[in-house]
Amino acid sequence: MAAAAVLSMSEIENKAMNLGIDLSTIVFDNVVLPPGDDFGITSDDEDILHEEVAPEFETGYGNVIVVDNLPVVSPEKFAKLEGVIRKIYSQTGVIKEGGLWMPVNPDTNMTLGYCFIEFNTAQEAKEAKEKTDGYKLDKSHIFIVDMFDDIERYMNVPEEWTPAEIKPYEAGDHLQHWLTDEKARDQFVIRAGIVTEIFWNDARQLRPDPVYQYQYWIDNFVQWSPLGTYLATVHRQGAIVWGGKSTFNHIHRFPHNQVKHIDFSPGERFLVTYSSQEPSNPRDTHRVVLNIFDLRTGKLMRDFKGSVDDFTTGGSGGLSGISWPIFKWGGGNEDKYFARIGKNAIYVYETETFILVDKKSYKVDNVGDFSWSPTDSILALFVLELGGGNQPARVSLVQMPGKVELRQKNLFSVSDCKMYWQSNGEYLAVKVDRYTKTKKSTYTGFELFRIKERDIPIEVLELDNKNDKIIAFAWEPKGHRFAVIHGDGPRPDVSFYSMKTGGITARVSKLTTLKAKQANALYWSPAGRFIVLAGLKGFNGQLEFYNVDDLETMATGEHFMCTDIEWDPTGRYVATAVTLVHVMENGFHIWSFNGKLLYRIPKDHFFQFQWRPHPQSLLSSEKEEEISRNLRKYSKKYEAEDQDVSLALSEQNRKKRRVLQEEWETWTARWKQYHEEERELRLQLRDGEPSDDEGSQEQYEAKEVEAEEVLDVHEEIVD
Amino acid sequence: MRPILMKGHERPLTFLKYNREGDLLFSCAKDHTPTVWFADDGERLGTYRGHNGAVWCCDVSRDSTRLVTGSADQSVKLWDVQTGTQLYTFNFNSPARSVDFSVGDKLVVITTDPFMGNPSTIQVKRIARDPADQTSDSVLTIKGPQGRINRAVWGPLNKTIISAGEDSIIRIWDAETGNLLKETDKESGHQKTISSLCMSADKSHFLTGSADKSAKLWDSRSLTLLKTYQMDRPVNAVAISPLLDHVVIGGGQEAVNVTMTDRRAGKFEAKFYHKILQDEIGGVKGHFGPINALAFNPDGRSFSSGGEDGYVRLHHFDPEYFSIRM
Repeated sequence: MAAAAVLSMSEIENKAMNLGIDLSTIVFDNVVLPPGDDFGITSDDEDILHEEVAPEFETGYGNVIVVDNLPVVSPEKFAKLEGVIRKIYSQTGVIKEGGLWMPVNPDTNMTLGYCFIEFNTAQEAKEAKEKTDGYKLDKSHIFIVDMFDDIERYMNVPEEWTPAEIKPYEAGDHLQHWLTDEKARDQFVIRAGIVTEIFWNDARQLRPDPVYQYQYWIDNFVQWSPLGTYLATVHRQGAIVWGGKSTFNHIHRFPHNQVKHIDFSPGERFLVTYSSQEPSNPRDTHRVVLNIFDLRTGKLMRDFKGSVDDFTTGGSGGLSGISWPIFKWGGGNEDKYFARIGKNAIYVYETETFILVDKKSYKVDNVGDFSWSPTDSILALFVLELGGGNQPARVSLVQMPGKVELRQKNLFSVSDCKMYWQSNGEYLAVKVDRYTKTKKSTYTGFELFRIKERDIPIEVLELDNKNDKIIAFAWEPKGHRFAVIHGDGPRPDVSFYSMKTGGITARVSKLTTLKAKQANALYWSPAGRFIVLAGLKGFNGQLEFYNVDDLETMATGEHFMCTDIEWDPTGRYVATAVTLVHVMENGFHIWSFNGKLLYRIPKDHFFQFQWRPHPQSLLSSEKEEEISRNLRKYSKKYEAEDQDVSLALSEQNRKKRRVLQEEWETWTARWKQYHEEERELRLQLRDGEPSDDEGSQEQYEAKEVEAEEVLDVHEEIVD
Repeated sequence: MRPILMKGHERPLTFLKYNREGDLLFSCAKDHTPTVWFADDGERLGTYRGHNGAVWCCDVSRDSTRLVTGSADQSVKLWDVQTGTQLYTFNFNSPARSVDFSVGDKLVVITTDPFMGNPSTIQVKRIARDPADQTSDSVLTIKGPQGRINRAVWGPLNKTIISAGEDSIIRIWDAETGNLLKETDKESGHQKTISSLCMSADKSHFLTGSADKSAKLWDSRSLTLLKTYQMDRPVNAVAISPLLDHVVIGGGQEAVNVTMTDRRAGKFEAKFYHKILQDEIGGVKGHFGPINALAFNPDGRSFSSGGEDGYVRLHHFDPEYFSIRM
């Protein structure tokens, strides 16, 4: 990877050209470097090579153990002791013939108090060591058993303790440097073809400004960490985490073969990696491996292994039966807990010790789903109906640690439930699908929990038309409003609700309904207030930019075939992308928050677009409010900057055009000259036909010709 | 102005050619009959019957008396433009892909496809003034390039032949000896099959379109790359405006995939680019299949496009077109 950054292909080609080498004729696999010389080119996997522990050699003594602390005996008792030892060790394995050797002091003919035993296999030796280490022969003779191979290792331990060398503190790379950009731009990463690139979104210049580019970088996908500090790239051998001030340096490698999914904890303390292996026997289930690493030290904190069935509920366990992430993180940004669902239980682990909270799983019979509050250590559980409706389904809120049930609500004839937390953990909306009386169809309602209020009041919300299907639901980030797309027909309605209407005892109520929209997905601005109503898939990429404060549409647009939509973390820009789902139209568009198309970048084989997230703002909400009140004062400075940029831009553009024009004129002048010089020759080629200049310059005279033709003459006598 | 829709072909269009005066438009299609139209109002004047396969290409002599057509029936035919009679047939052992009259109309360069073990060739035939004296002898035969040669045209003063095709390399040959003079390198050249090639009116430069989703403008003497026009679709057809600094580029998703998507998804527009600034000027929609052929009227005031959909669309420019400022 490092080599790819140092030498670009074009440089190589230039070099080859200078040397007169035709690169296309060279088979690179046949190139052999002289041994020991790498020409200063470090191999892509050089550091992997060095990181690996030197391979262990078999010494051939793997099946030999040393038993120490034996009684020291005279030759008379030698045979007896030998018999005892032989008896003890025959229980654990087969001692080789002549494999028991008890050395004797040649001066005194006494034994030395230890012996060597050679077993048939190394495994037997290991087992013998485990079983008899600490074996009490009598009070004063407790066996100390070691592998023969280990003795040498112990011999090399220096006699005197030397304090570990403490390395001087090295200032780390400024990982959040991108936030200090003078122009307050945001970054994004894209992956197209074999290239992964990171750009600044330079909306003023109406173009992306490249930051970093790698070819052949990724096998699977890339992912920013939740606060934007790191970029993780996922490869066959594991995940690599990158970050740094000006470039992207590789910070840690997290080896995990065949890794399929990764997940950061929300506070960026841990990284979870997941792989599943296809079973060799088709009747077996997939084997699953999960590793949890400490992101800063790169240390493996805990691993989980098992079959797919252990990590799924409801016994779906099919080929891709897991729902990622398996572990959900709780406790806000402190990453205190992580939990997964099992059969009739929730497994909650704490990150201090990486063991189960209270050392046991949290039993909940028939639990169907759970989710954490995004800010507090509160679990929301959904429990399915039991016994054909005798025991109703329920949603309950449980505080961790302690497993205190804060609130519970029983629900009847439920078919499914979905939980939506508001980003500040203030509200929880539970979408409940219930069977109608006939049990043939379902209808949907919402249970709205106000988490931060006393006793957690619950409100029930039903749509005006109960039979409407819910197509999408989304909370306003940090806000008190939510949007719902609902409807049965081809053009659904979009409704907005607020949790803060009705004076002191706040009630939920509808703000407005937009009828017959071409929308099936909702994208709130991370700053709230604005929302993009998007018609993906069947609607071919219709976009509507809507202002929820003023309840008006700011703009409509279209990104044909659009598959992905993402707001930048500040809520200033929206990126819409067509990824490889479609063959044509691949690429992305950048829009302003109010729906103005700023620029478009087509990219073939477009895989991914992802904005670099921000950590939480350091400003208090009061300060933010103050800024938005005095926005006029602050905006002046930026407006002036905007103007300068646009002036510079148009000047630059003019210059570029002038250069292009001049270049072209030199060409045309040359062509004219040639054309003149060749006039005679051309005349000859045309057998002297004089008109040389091509069609357009020739003067034609349009002549109108009237032709009369007598068709028939017929004489009639008029009276 | 509203385009004139010319329905006369039953199969996808392959090539369009105006005569020098710009009053006649010749069209070739995968049906077997090249057709001539009034270039002004799109009225069909007549057809040239005799080919027994798709007609890939045609050219008309400077005085608009002779038409030459190349066809998949392994023949190139010479026609009397006015009467539509066949004057002569050159027979080959593989389909003829492209034909082009030299300056003076005494020579014609023909390319043939690789077929049944025969490699692709570029052949030059002499055109007799009197059809009775016509022979089928080749003045020159060039072999070498791999794959189909989609187009071969005469360079300035008939001194060179410029060819391009499936191997994505543009080559300049000596028209006397058949020696290879120049070819494009990997760096500046196209990456995929070159589908079309169009000469400027004075033969000083030419435009190529390729399946690599780009069109490139070249100097026809030095083979210097002048401009690249980046598209978002494979290019099938290109044309250079003789009047303004514009080029028009057409193409679209491969015909195989056409039926699978929306008309808009296929990108069947003809796109106008500023020749010098390389900026997109606009697009002309209408076809519901990829555009296979484009041609400018020699006066630069109208152009026509032929599509996989079997239609020729004749567009007369509105006055506003001539006042576009970039």
